[in-house]
Amino acid sequence: MLTMTDVREQFRPEDHPHDHFLLTTVVGSYPKPKWTDRVRDIHDGEIDCDASFDEDHWQEAADDAARLITQEHERSGLDVIVDGEMRRTEMVEYFAHRIDGYELNGPVKVWGHNYFDKPSITDTVEYDEPWLVDEFEFTDAVADRPVKVPITGPYTLTNWAFNETDRTDEALATDVAALVNEEIEQLVSAGARYIQIDEPALATTPNDHTIVGECLEVIADGIPADVRLGLHVCYGDYSRIYPEILEYPVHEYDLELANGDYEQLSVFTEHEFTKDLALGVVDAHTASVEPVSQIKANIEKGLEVVPPERLTISPDCGLKLLPRDVAYGKMENMVKAAREVEAELDAGTIDVPARAMQADD
Amino acid sequence: MVNVVASTPGLFPLPDWAKSELADLKGHQKSDLIDGSESEDVTAVYDRARSAVIERQKEAGLDRIVEGQLRWDDMLAHPLCVHDNVETRGIIRYYDNNNFYREPVVTGPLTQSGDMARDLNRVGGVSGLQAVIPGPYSLFDLATDEQYGDESAFIAAIGEFLAGEISEFPSVETIVMLEPSLVEAPPDDSLAPRVSEAIDTVASATDASVICQPYFGALDEKVHAHLLDADIDAVGYDFITDHEQSLYNINEYGTKSEIAAGVVDGQNTRVEEVSTIHERIDWVRENTPAASFETIYVTANTGLFYLPESRFEAKLDVLAAASEYEEVHAYND
Repeated sequence: MLTMTDVREQFRPEDHPHDHFLLTTVVGSYPKPKWTDRVRDIHDGEIDCDASFDEDHWQEAADDAARLITQEHERSGLDVIVDGEMRRTEMVEYFAHRIDGYELNGPVKVWGHNYFDKPSITDTVEYDEPWLVDEFEFTDAVADRPVKVPITGPYTLTNWAFNETDRTDEALATDVAALVNEEIEQLVSAGARYIQIDEPALATTPNDHTIVGECLEVIADGIPADVRLGLHVCYGDYSRIYPEILEYPVHEYDLELANGDYEQLSVFTEHEFTKDLALGVVDAHTASVEPVSQIKANIEKGLEVVPPERLTISPDCGLKLLPRDVAYGKMENMVKAAREVEAELDAGTIDVPARAMQADD
Repeated sequence: MVNVVASTPGLFPLPDWAKSELADLKGHQKSDLIDGSESEDVTAVYDRARSAVIERQKEAGLDRIVEGQLRWDDMLAHPLCVHDNVETRGIIRYYDNNNFYREPVVTGPLTQSGDMARDLNRVGGVSGLQAVIPGPYSLFDLATDEQYGDESAFIAAIGEFLAGEISEFPSVETIVMLEPSLVEAPPDDSLAPRVSEAIDTVASATDASVICQPYFGALDEKVHAHLLDADIDAVGYDFITDHEQSLYNINEYGTKSEIAAGVVDGQNTRVEEVSTIHERIDWVRENTPAASFETIYVTANTGLFYLPESRFEAKLDVLAAASEYEEVHAYND
């Protein structure tokens, strides 16, 4: 039987400098280099351009961008990296293009002049071709560090779509969960060991945690025990979903908390946090790089909830809306802060309130 | 004979070309949203977009034509968000939807601004012109007060503000007052009469027919009873989200002689068949034996900005076609 710690220890770098290991990673998305966006526009025919530019050219450009950003993540010192989702457009739209039963009819407003191509589900959803296996295999081949694969979760994939079918929203989410399960099986066959389900729609509607729980049971079914499963949730009211979510069949919860200045932290200390916590320690919505000292203080907030062997260090959310230098600066300072906290933990100069709390139980 | 009038509750999506032109001109950030002092370039795009949606409504054959509320970046909070004595702060969730608006904080007296009237005046001559306004309670619910001090004073001030705004309107056939907050965050017993008074204040400021349209569900029965006290001409019912409770409210408390029947889903791309719309109207009439409706405004249950452009246009077409309604059963009216 693998313990939670084993599932995590596989990601400890061989040359890790400390006894303590605060796994550092990111949520997923990262600012695309400007040329990637322009090249995509040319490829999609959105910019009038005489230059010949075919599918192979676009693939080459996407590979270059993915290689560049993968290496940018490694350079920042992260323990587990992603490719910054260079090939993806928007987190629902990208998958809607790949799942039979989804249809896209054009952009709808989110706020101001921010739109997304909200898809309609018009027919039975079915698995056609792999969604992310090529992306993973490419990133894994160019990376020296372990690669995490973020996948938009079934609740968000259905809740952020129009349901034109006769199925209930809940039944549709479960249908999509079966497809996510199939995709993860393919990813695992390709060598993936760290999967993150993104459910930003969770914690926005009362009782949605029940639907997400049922979906995760479907998603985790048959996935090998050494594959680390995480769940990313952002900007919701966590008291609506906690402690219920601890029952989910995942190892780790990745939560946005820095943006709200840890106001919601008490939600997680009232009831023992029995899984791993991936704590947001830098704000994905402010375009300035937090100093290392600030991030260290944020990491110590996490130690109020879980002991260091169950604490993962991560930004609040995907970094894609930030200027690229700011996004990089946040990752770099985050890693520095984590390494400094590890050294202080090794030296015994930092308190771990979560450990004291558990000892009291 | 019931008079079936094809209408919409406004709050339209921008045409796709205007979405990109305005995004390029205005930007994507919070500080780039409409504040009532937009440039000539931006105004020109809105003018073209407004003309386009008016032409599209005429082409569909709707009986009521709206200017589309295309400038309302903050949806129903718009008239406050552009006001000189209102500050806009963080981006917050708009009801239970995946939409966001800037929180309007009222920091000074809500004097007349004329913003909505200016948009209506740019329409020119259109027969069947319908104005769309946020209801006073929804504005109250979406905003924060740092000026009036207590809830009764604040809701009354918003009522006076809206009354002032519509007094500047050009001649319109009807005014639709959108009140989703009456469903989403119903006023308590002490506030409900004040809400009814505020709605009354607004409705009394115009000679046009006033339709108060709550949505995202049915009204709590007490709130419904209070709403009937207001001097409005028609009440709207969201038969898409909660047809049973809507029906119960009508049968238990009666309603006005005119209703707006929200029988087309403003938040789903599935386009209703005209026959389905007729069945829904039949269903409402068959199941309200004590009611006798002079007019039924056939409309969408919510504003239409949730939809992509192509489906929005398809909904306009079916709503217009649904006004060709033949009496298939003998009713009590």
